[in-house]
Amino acid sequence: MKKKKKDYFILKITTILMVVVFVFIAQRNFDAYVVRILNLCGIYVILGVSLNLINGFTGQFSLGHAGFMAIGAYVSALLYMSPELKEVNYFITPIIWPLSVIQIPFVFSLIIAGLVSAGVGFLVGAPCLRLKGDYLAIVTFGFSEIIRVLFCNLQSITNGPLGLKGLPSYTNLWWTWGMAIFTVWFVKNLINSSYGRALKSIREDEVAAEAMGVNLFYHKVLSFVVGAFFAGIAGALLGSLVMTIDPNTFSFFMTFQIIIIIVVGGLGSITGTVIAGTVFAILMEVLRSVESPMRLFGLHIPGIPGMRMLIFSILLMIVILFFHQGLMGTKEWSWEWLYNKLAGNKKEIEEGS
Amino acid sequence: MTLNIFLQNLSNGISLGCLFALIAIGYTMVYGVLRLINFAHGDIFMMAAFFVYYAIALFSLPWWLACLVAVALAMLLGMTVERVAYKPLRNAPRISSLCSAIGMSFLLENFAIVVFGGRPKSFYRPEFFSKTYILSGIRVPGVNFVTPIVSIVFLLILTYIVYKTKTGLAMRAISKDFDTAKLMGINLNRTISLTFMIGSGLAAIGAVLWALRYPQIWPFMGVFPGWRAFTAAIIGGIGSIRGAMVGGFLVGILTIMIVAFLPELAGFKDAFIFVILIFVLLFKPEGLFGEE
Repeated sequence: MKKKKKDYFILKITTILMVVVFVFIAQRNFDAYVVRILNLCGIYVILGVSLNLINGFTGQFSLGHAGFMAIGAYVSALLYMSPELKEVNYFITPIIWPLSVIQIPFVFSLIIAGLVSAGVGFLVGAPCLRLKGDYLAIVTFGFSEIIRVLFCNLQSITNGPLGLKGLPSYTNLWWTWGMAIFTVWFVKNLINSSYGRALKSIREDEVAAEAMGVNLFYHKVLSFVVGAFFAGIAGALLGSLVMTIDPNTFSFFMTFQIIIIIVVGGLGSITGTVIAGTVFAILMEVLRSVESPMRLFGLHIPGIPGMRMLIFSILLMIVILFFHQGLMGTKEWSWEWLYNKLAGNKKEIEEGS
Repeated sequence: MTLNIFLQNLSNGISLGCLFALIAIGYTMVYGVLRLINFAHGDIFMMAAFFVYYAIALFSLPWWLACLVAVALAMLLGMTVERVAYKPLRNAPRISSLCSAIGMSFLLENFAIVVFGGRPKSFYRPEFFSKTYILSGIRVPGVNFVTPIVSIVFLLILTYIVYKTKTGLAMRAISKDFDTAKLMGINLNRTISLTFMIGSGLAAIGAVLWALRYPQIWPFMGVFPGWRAFTAAIIGGIGSIRGAMVGGFLVGILTIMIVAFLPELAGFKDAFIFVILIFVLLFKPEGLFGEE
């Protein structure tokens, strides 16, 4: 048994090394378009896994992820932008004093973005997590809309509806995939710890969980704050990837995309979320072809704007109505699982022959 | 601020409040019966406005007939949405039907973008509605006379249906106790479909009046009226029809008055509605007229 564990460890290390080599090659040799899609894959995985922690594992349906992303994006951008760049951006209303001179390295701005977002997550979560089900969904949605409206109107801090433009492009595959792997690792360990069991017990039955001595408030807020932290980091990475931040990027539409990812991947499965997030990021780009005019068998088909999201909406409805569990349900993929599967098959074959 | 301007704003507020009341009824009735927030309600509202637009533009119907056709189509659409998206999930966990409602809302919006196009279209309005009348110094657009009258007539009809007819009795029974109502021989599917039809019909009437007021229609026009009306339903106590009406008036008058009295805060007006919503949900979730 001990030896097996060591084998898995070697396998895991090998996989991570392979990913590192892949990222190294991809970052240097792939063309910018492909790298951008791969970056988006990483960001969607972070977003999906962090929202799944709240919605899937803890069963608290939150619709506020876009708000936390907005906070992360703005906090990090305000910290890593150079004072000259800020002056160029804030040409209508000048930026307020301490923010106008601050500039810190990207790493720290990323961490601070996550922490501020987590702090807001605490402030939002602490009063709201008393509510259940759809009421919680509405209140969290309300908060993300309030954040968006505030960012649209606080001209001297966020530059209002003009947004921030010409941001330096720090985000690369090392950041996005590194953070994605860190998120998956962190959430997986959280889920497999005693905290994770408490979170799942809250999902299954709150009353029973409380009777067993699970501190409902503490665990709900914990999952909410961790989710908000990673959402903030994903927002910061996204801001530096697309190099512009506009408050209206972080509307309900953004949350809806993440909802698609976690529902299709399976509420309560990290593996499902990773697969769905990656496929979603790729499909978003591939399906652009539907929206542009094309020639098919000599027929000229005009592009249909909006077709992409219609396809995704239909896909989501099909999954909700016919495949309640999504792609993976609550199952997880792991080397142990694969090994057992293979070993089980071998046994069956041996018995059969 | 003179009295005249105040009265002018009040007339705007009342007429907007009527619209919110009409839309809020749909949310509150569906919630009462199914314990489900029908996120797609605002989008049925939007579709109804487009039905009127296309009935006039493509079939050149007279505008009043176009409105009737649109109301009928919206009722049909509301019933279809329930049959397709909510009925199969009636026994599934609440989260599934919530996802389904959100998905349906986006499906309708994206459908509208693909089929009707994303660019705002201008809505035909007869001269009577767009003209401004001056009543002893108060300037009132024609639509502000019509909206309260039409709304109050339909709200009275609705009250009659819910409180005086057998169907209304069935609806109230289901909202009191779903399972017992089923045991008492109430035809659940029929009653639920009817609830959706009535709610969507009222939303369609609201949409027509809304489009006469703001004659620009586009695929996302239902989102904010939808949320405001939903807030109205929550303030009034979700599940209570009387509450939805009162809440609708409150939200309508409040929206207008905030912008009128505090113009420097006008940019935040979308946030206000959510602040109110959150405070009501946190401190008085049963609303003004709801059950404990």
